[in-house]
Amino acid sequence: MITEIGHFSLIFAFVLSLCQSFAPIYAARKSMDVIHRFSIRLAVFNAAFVLLSFSCLVWAFIVSDFSVALVAEHSHSSKPMIYKISGTWGNHEGSMLMWIVILSVFGAGLALTQKTMGLLQKSSTLGVQGIISSAFIAFSLFTSNPFERLALPPLNGNGLNPVLQDIGLALHPPTLYVGYVGLSLAFSFAVAGLITNSVDRNWARYMRVWVQIAWCALTLGIGLGSWWAYYELGWGGWWFWDPVENASLMPWLVATALLHSVIVVEQRDLLKSWTVLLAITGFSLSLLGTFIVRSGLLTSVHSFASDPTRGLFILGILVFSIGPPLLLFAINGPKIKSIVYLHLLSRETGLLINNFLLICASIIVIIGTFYPIALEIMTGMKITVGPPYFEATFNPIMALLVIMMGIGPFLVWKRGILPKSNKIWIFAGASAVVISAISFWASNELSVSALAGIATAAWLGISLLCDIFVKIQKLNRNHYSNFWQNVLHLQWGMWIAHFGIVIFLVGALGEGIYRSESVARMHIGDEISLGSDSVKLQAISTRNDSNYEALVATLKLTTSDNIQIGFLFPEKRIYPVERQTTTEAAIRRTVTADYYAVLGDGNREDGYTIRLYHKPFVSWIWLGVIMMASGVAISIIIQRLKPKQTHVAFTS
Amino acid sequence: MSPKLKRLILFGIAALFLSTAVGLTLAALKENIVYFYTPSEIDKLEIGNRVIRMGGLVQKGSINIDGLTARFIVEDVKSQEAVIYTGALPDIFRGGQGVIVEGKFNQDTFNAYIVMAKHDEQYMPREVADKLKEQGVWQGDSKK
Repeated sequence: MITEIGHFSLIFAFVLSLCQSFAPIYAARKSMDVIHRFSIRLAVFNAAFVLLSFSCLVWAFIVSDFSVALVAEHSHSSKPMIYKISGTWGNHEGSMLMWIVILSVFGAGLALTQKTMGLLQKSSTLGVQGIISSAFIAFSLFTSNPFERLALPPLNGNGLNPVLQDIGLALHPPTLYVGYVGLSLAFSFAVAGLITNSVDRNWARYMRVWVQIAWCALTLGIGLGSWWAYYELGWGGWWFWDPVENASLMPWLVATALLHSVIVVEQRDLLKSWTVLLAITGFSLSLLGTFIVRSGLLTSVHSFASDPTRGLFILGILVFSIGPPLLLFAINGPKIKSIVYLHLLSRETGLLINNFLLICASIIVIIGTFYPIALEIMTGMKITVGPPYFEATFNPIMALLVIMMGIGPFLVWKRGILPKSNKIWIFAGASAVVISAISFWASNELSVSALAGIATAAWLGISLLCDIFVKIQKLNRNHYSNFWQNVLHLQWGMWIAHFGIVIFLVGALGEGIYRSESVARMHIGDEISLGSDSVKLQAISTRNDSNYEALVATLKLTTSDNIQIGFLFPEKRIYPVERQTTTEAAIRRTVTADYYAVLGDGNREDGYTIRLYHKPFVSWIWLGVIMMASGVAISIIIQRLKPKQTHVAFTS
Repeated sequence: MSPKLKRLILFGIAALFLSTAVGLTLAALKENIVYFYTPSEIDKLEIGNRVIRMGGLVQKGSINIDGLTARFIVEDVKSQEAVIYTGALPDIFRGGQGVIVEGKFNQDTFNAYIVMAKHDEQYMPREVADKLKEQGVWQGDSKK
């Protein structure tokens, strides 16, 4: 019964989102505010029904209703509750429904907030959102209905792939989806802006917060995915330049460009058509990402559930959502005029360079990801493009971007630079040289790219600190009561996010340059060295859990002067029901380094293969990611704390 | 400077940068492409000592492990190649399993530095599945 309620409310939501997309067209022709208000209200109802539908599906998973095909196929009554719930989106049908939930919740979010926005603009933005939403609900209902029933329900479910029974994987898809789908609202703003010819500073102000929310989620989602791959896949790596990872990186790069260009529109009424184009591209790349993951078009370490026919449907939606908006852009784009003149030495030029570099980087990723597919389609040749390509192309562009990030904050709007900027730049540049010289001296051999990496990270870190220091010092201290409030209103969001990149770079460089690795066939009692430390295999034991048996190695870590650091217990698990083996890496985390151990195959006579890694500063990678996301979140909050400033005067 | 000239300079710099970037990207792409072959294709080609990926099935009973060094044979229906690899093998590496190895030939032995197999037992690398389908030996399609 509950399943049917879920099914029917999804159908009802489909009808509502169709109305939501057509009502504004009707209302615009008759210029009827009542209908505009009604269609805005529709977005809220739509979200309510989609949420109801999703809750029904979650309920079916919670109570293990195996008469529902999806539950029978992907769940098992003996699974822990958290994985029963996360099992809802651990499969294709459920994840599509989750996609729809986020889509309509974002729509409802817009409908319920930003009351000052013009009725026509709001209802047409929601109208575009309604079109996307109806396309996806149709996709769900007609090709991958999660509520399908089985005539003969099995006694128990198929279970969930053990690799997927993990907290990282319970959180990663929803977060990433909020990011992907959040960009849909920016897309809707862009398309509606083109239709109603209302791309201006106010438009940017309303859109910005949605871009920020989506960007936060996308960043966290990618970070979670990388963290999961790091501890679960057992290879010790955190980024593999794998197609599925690239699929999330492409929209991220474009969204990052959008995050900055929308500020230029809001502040200076410039780069308007460019921003519209970015908003359209960003969401299109999100769809492309979903298409890649869902279609099995690319071989990847992450893809586990794929089906080519469904991929085709998403490809259809993709073509449908890129084609018409681009056509619209070609027709209506030239009407958007940026009247203000761009000065060479100004913040807007700085942000333009930022956008240029980010787009270069995303083109590099697009080429590296799609060239193999294109070549295979045209010539039948099968190739792969490996990490060396990305390291040789992506990294230098990013280094330039990081250098620009140390310059940008000192540029002012319209023209010129802040006083003392030259001194700060000389100071930061000199310190960067000194720091990389020290690290060169401390370590015997460092490659040119490693040195360049250290220097750029140091440059950014120091120039940011100087920026913070100078801006706080400049505040007027005479009115003491307002001082702290003024401090609070400074650009903390930007500083924290940018400093997150410094932290991220420390992690990436530390891991990349100073990691050490050992692989050995070890008998019990054997000892091998790992960097400057040594590791001893003390014992191999077995352990039984409810749904698996595990082989556990006891590894003792000591420093070169025989001081004990601690123990590591890597496991090899055998799941009899699923007939699968998984490796559970053991990780000993400290602030300055991770020790990472993996137990491979073997037996008592021949010994066991054991892989060990020492990874300095690797946790800083994810700390940096968290800082970037929280920086943007803080900036959303600070914008709301500041006294309201409206741009109504500029809407002409 | 007139606004027009300024704009021209700006565009010039951007175009110069972009063309350098494109040039470097294509050069990097050319250097870092790894081709994928099956053992029977390798017979017909002059591989030399290029880095390639080879995919096929691990011949049953061919695995010979000595310490960290593993020797095994990768085969498709028509042909087979001997592979030598030093390091940790993937979890589910065993005879009859689909596998992709990356490395280069040293005389007649393939020196692999990466061995890839997947966690999922029913998983077959797509390249391998496609090639096996071409050769008409594909058994059993994917689950759904």
